[in-house]
Amino acid sequence: MKKIIKFVVIDILRNKIVLVYTLFLLITSLSVFNLEDNTSKGLLSLLNLILFIVPLVSIIFSTIYIYNSSEFIELLVSQPLERKNIWLSLFFGLAGSMVLAFFIGAGIPILIYEASSTGIMMLIIGCIITIIFVAIAFLTTVNTRDKAKGIGTAILLWLYFALLFDGLVLFILFQFSDYPLEKVVVFISALNPIDLGRILILLRLDVSALMGYTGAVFKDFFGTNLGFIVAFSP
Amino acid sequence: MLRFLFILCTTPIFATTYHVSNSSNYNSIQQTINLSKDGDTILVEAGIYKEKNLVVNKEIILKGIQHPTLDGEGKYEIISVRANHVTIDGFKIINSGIGTLDDPAGIKIYNNRNVSIINNILESTFFGIYTQNGINCIIKNNQLKSFATEEQQIGNGIHCWKCDSMQIIGNNIQGHRDGIYFEFVTNSVIWRNISTNNIRYGLHFMFSNNDSYITNVFRNNGAGVAVMFTHGVKMFNNLFEENWGDAAYGLLLKEISDSYLVGNQFIRNTSGIFMEGVSRVQMERNLFQNNGWAMKIQANCMDIAVTKNNFLSNTFDVGTNGSLVLNTFNFNYWDKYEGYDLNKDKLGDIPYRPVSLFSMILEKMPPAMMLFRSFMVTILDKTEKIIPSITPENLVDNSPLMKALPL
Repeated sequence: MKKIIKFVVIDILRNKIVLVYTLFLLITSLSVFNLEDNTSKGLLSLLNLILFIVPLVSIIFSTIYIYNSSEFIELLVSQPLERKNIWLSLFFGLAGSMVLAFFIGAGIPILIYEASSTGIMMLIIGCIITIIFVAIAFLTTVNTRDKAKGIGTAILLWLYFALLFDGLVLFILFQFSDYPLEKVVVFISALNPIDLGRILILLRLDVSALMGYTGAVFKDFFGTNLGFIVAFSP
Repeated sequence: MLRFLFILCTTPIFATTYHVSNSSNYNSIQQTINLSKDGDTILVEAGIYKEKNLVVNKEIILKGIQHPTLDGEGKYEIISVRANHVTIDGFKIINSGIGTLDDPAGIKIYNNRNVSIINNILESTFFGIYTQNGINCIIKNNQLKSFATEEQQIGNGIHCWKCDSMQIIGNNIQGHRDGIYFEFVTNSVIWRNISTNNIRYGLHFMFSNNDSYITNVFRNNGAGVAVMFTHGVKMFNNLFEENWGDAAYGLLLKEISDSYLVGNQFIRNTSGIFMEGVSRVQMERNLFQNNGWAMKIQANCMDIAVTKNNFLSNTFDVGTNGSLVLNTFNFNYWDKYEGYDLNKDKLGDIPYRPVSLFSMILEKMPPAMMLFRSFMVTILDKTEKIIPSITPENLVDNSPLMKALPL
């Protein structure tokens, strides 16, 4: 299993795209911190970036990578190896290298400029979002053998999580505005890892007092250790 | 003429100065007051005096040397002023009684005029300095500190009820219910006070017309500053800071008219100013920085002129709850303004709309805060800025400044 992970990681590194991704993250996060006059504002700008770019790259790169390594997988299947092991090591190899790329690209600037608990929290959220979206990519590839269809699904899923979901939530809020929705909203937000990550960070920053009653419900829930664990467990 | 001169020369001769100290014959302040006549001076040496309720019923000067302590033992009102022209200077007044029926205070002025309360330190008093029916009294350079935990178990720092021509200057008030409380107080000035960490309001006034509030600091109070049912308010150069919480406002204006707010700073509040039923108010040269909402103007406000203010890094600049706008915004600097200035007259060529779609949505549906800073919302905001549909069309600054004003 270790050997397969090693193969995957070396293969990805040879691919160079992940290196470019790392470099891109590094440059943007450094420039964001240098442009903004205070670091917590820089953190906010970086948050938008992380919630947008990181899922996109993770899901699309992983999908394409798996499709392209189908021959390699077939070769592995012909060997006396457990399928579960093959699949897991592929996943760990991919997720590991993506997380590493994120950690170097965004993590180092964060640790340099804003090594507070909020910064570290953002780092953890970025890593978890990477892992989740790699996992979603695996799911899409398993479900379709057709490459075009699979990549299309992956892009649509990213669109759904990054954009459509918020629109849907807004729609639901408008439709059911006569009902007390504070607790429902907490539940809905747990369905989208991107939203969850954003809320967790925003609650850490000063704006939490802005959020009124909903914010209080959020804080009650996610601010506690239990909520924290619940938020991270999916 | 001769007689006048005679009076002029002799009055100081008749005035006596008494020294009260724990070791001398005069060791009770109350007994000394009973001995004294109008115009006398009583000097109190340092020490601890447990006088129960000290009643000052003559026109005297009561002066402490190195802050002698008057201890109310948690049972009594410490000083009751029941004469005009009294000066109380330089005492340390601690542990007044607690009671909601008779409102015991550190120092209470009953229906008098020209009383001065200067340089005192008040600690753990129920009410601090309480004035009822006072005219032309001076409350100056006092330090008031209490350790309140609940609203019901503490009174206000400086409390004035039905007064006129009061001067509240240079006091420092902490940990009371309301820092400064005015009700039916007219023609008065509040100048250079610092009111912090009070559980309810830093400054609270109602029905107090024609008062001025100049260069005060209101910081970190439970619900900020509340100003209600008053006309002719002048607020200059005050600092409203760090009032966080769902119901906390830097400054709450309710039913205020014909007033001026000039040169104030609103920094790090949930809402910088909240206005309801306000009319004919001029707001000029104020600074709004790092607030959640810089300004919330309910639709029932009219003729508010917001001119030449700086709005810097607020989450939302202006919030409102309806489409009716009877107020004007002109020549303000908004850091979110994205327009241009082709003719170089330092005014933006396209108008700025300070109300964002998302702040309107939030006003209707607070749970939507979940979508705060989401990409979807940003897109909606941008579209709304180009073609306004939900946000009030008239709430607009037609001549926004390109550069921040030097405030």
